[in-house]
Amino acid sequence: MLDLNIDDIGKQILAEVADIHDTPAGAYNFRVNSQLAGRHTTENIDIMTKEGLPGIDIFIKPNTKGESVHIPVVVSESGIKETVYNDFFVGDNCDVVIVAGCGIDNCGEHDAQHDGVHRFYVGKNSKIKYVEKHYGSGDGNGKRILNPVTEVYMEEDSVMEMEMEQFKGADSTERKTIAELKAGAKLVVKERLMTHGNQVAKSDYMVTLNGENSTADVVSRSVARDTSTQAFSARITGNAPCNGHTECDSIIMDDGKILAIPSLEANNVDAMLFHEAAIGKIAGDQLIKLMTLGLTEAEAEEQIINGFLR
Amino acid sequence: MLELKNLSFSVEDGDRQKEILHDLSLIIDNGKFVVITGPNGSGKSTLARLIMGIEKPTSGRIFFDGQDITDLGITERAKLGVSFAFQQPVRFKGIRVIDLLRLAAGKTLNINEACNYLSEVGLCARDYIQREINSSLSGGELKRIEIATLLARQTKLSVFDEPEAGIDLWSFQNLIRIFENMRREIKDSSIVIISHQERILNIADEIILLADGRIKKTGSAAEVLPELIGTTAAVNACDRLK
Repeated sequence: MLDLNIDDIGKQILAEVADIHDTPAGAYNFRVNSQLAGRHTTENIDIMTKEGLPGIDIFIKPNTKGESVHIPVVVSESGIKETVYNDFFVGDNCDVVIVAGCGIDNCGEHDAQHDGVHRFYVGKNSKIKYVEKHYGSGDGNGKRILNPVTEVYMEEDSVMEMEMEQFKGADSTERKTIAELKAGAKLVVKERLMTHGNQVAKSDYMVTLNGENSTADVVSRSVARDTSTQAFSARITGNAPCNGHTECDSIIMDDGKILAIPSLEANNVDAMLFHEAAIGKIAGDQLIKLMTLGLTEAEAEEQIINGFLR
Repeated sequence: MLELKNLSFSVEDGDRQKEILHDLSLIIDNGKFVVITGPNGSGKSTLARLIMGIEKPTSGRIFFDGQDITDLGITERAKLGVSFAFQQPVRFKGIRVIDLLRLAAGKTLNINEACNYLSEVGLCARDYIQREINSSLSGGELKRIEIATLLARQTKLSVFDEPEAGIDLWSFQNLIRIFENMRREIKDSSIVIISHQERILNIADEIILLADGRIKKTGSAAEVLPELIGTTAAVNACDRLK
């Protein structure tokens, strides 16, 4: 069982955003309603409270392999508005999984807002898998607002895989992600987003490929239902011989609105950059095919969306 | 048993109605292997879509095992035991072969069971089971996966719309073996195939020849085939290209 001073709502949120049911193995830092609710460090991974600013510094020693860091945030009191700065200093030759995520349960009248600013300094030849999930619940009138900022600075031959997921409940999100890559570095971003109700979600990527043979692949898949609004923009800039690809693929439903702006900037003759964007409703023949297998139209729709957002 | 009674279907063509099927009546008995053939534009695919409920008839009734299913939707017909293989199988982003086979079987298939269906259609299961049913699959691969979903469905009535199209590299013998296995394994099941292919027509218990939205002739292969040979209704693929 989770051995922390967290109520049931907090535990449910932890399960949603970080898949945490037990105390995680490895390093962790739990932030609940702006307070530290639990921390564990290992021989190779240290976590320190920042001085002068809310947030933490995470230090991962060179050559740390096969370890993980969980830093989930829970906001379950209405009216909280916070900006938190978390910096990750990853040494050379590491292979580490980092799981972040923020859940807001707002049953009150006031808005609850968590803006997480994450900065990653990824050492040479290190490999990071970063998973970030957002979740909102609660039936109050107060809004649930999440504005994550992620900055990634990648040294030579480092690899960063980012999975960003937001499926439920956040009323408003504005995500900004910037990344700068040195020679041989590789960035892979997989964003999955589903909005409903009146939700508004913006996501903005600026990836700069500065080093020779650096590569970036930024792929977003999203579904906009009801009257929700989404705006996705991704710019890849190539300043060296490099490879960049960005793709945004969306399903639009009901009265949703989607704006997709992929863009490319090449400042080197050997920069190879590609973009793709597609928006469309669920194809009628896809629904019909699944209905011929005995699914109702609603079940067919659910299967198609679940597959699309996998 | 499937019974079509005075079935007509028309579509709007500018400001007039264009009749695709005209007052069509037929009975397909349990345990029968029936091939519907006819020239392009004779209404074969429309008839298949009417049976599955993808299109609704302008007039006439459809009975399945004595029940009037004319007003039932696709899902209800599927649940009663009608299945349909598309002429041009649908692609999905993110849905994998194993997912589609599980949905078709209506239960949690284990990997071995799913693999058996794929092996039946000549696909090396290990290579395909986790593949997405997206544009990375060729037309022929999709076609075979489509047939595998019908094997997983195990329904009393299976309708295949031109199953042979696009699977030239795979042998016809295998396709025919699949149909024969289906008949044997599913009690009282009947199979309806839309096809031009002489080799498929040859093994039919009954051939229904459509022309201009009407049944021109029905009968055994021996009775109908002589009339077809040499026409565009039944020639092998190479001849049609000439």
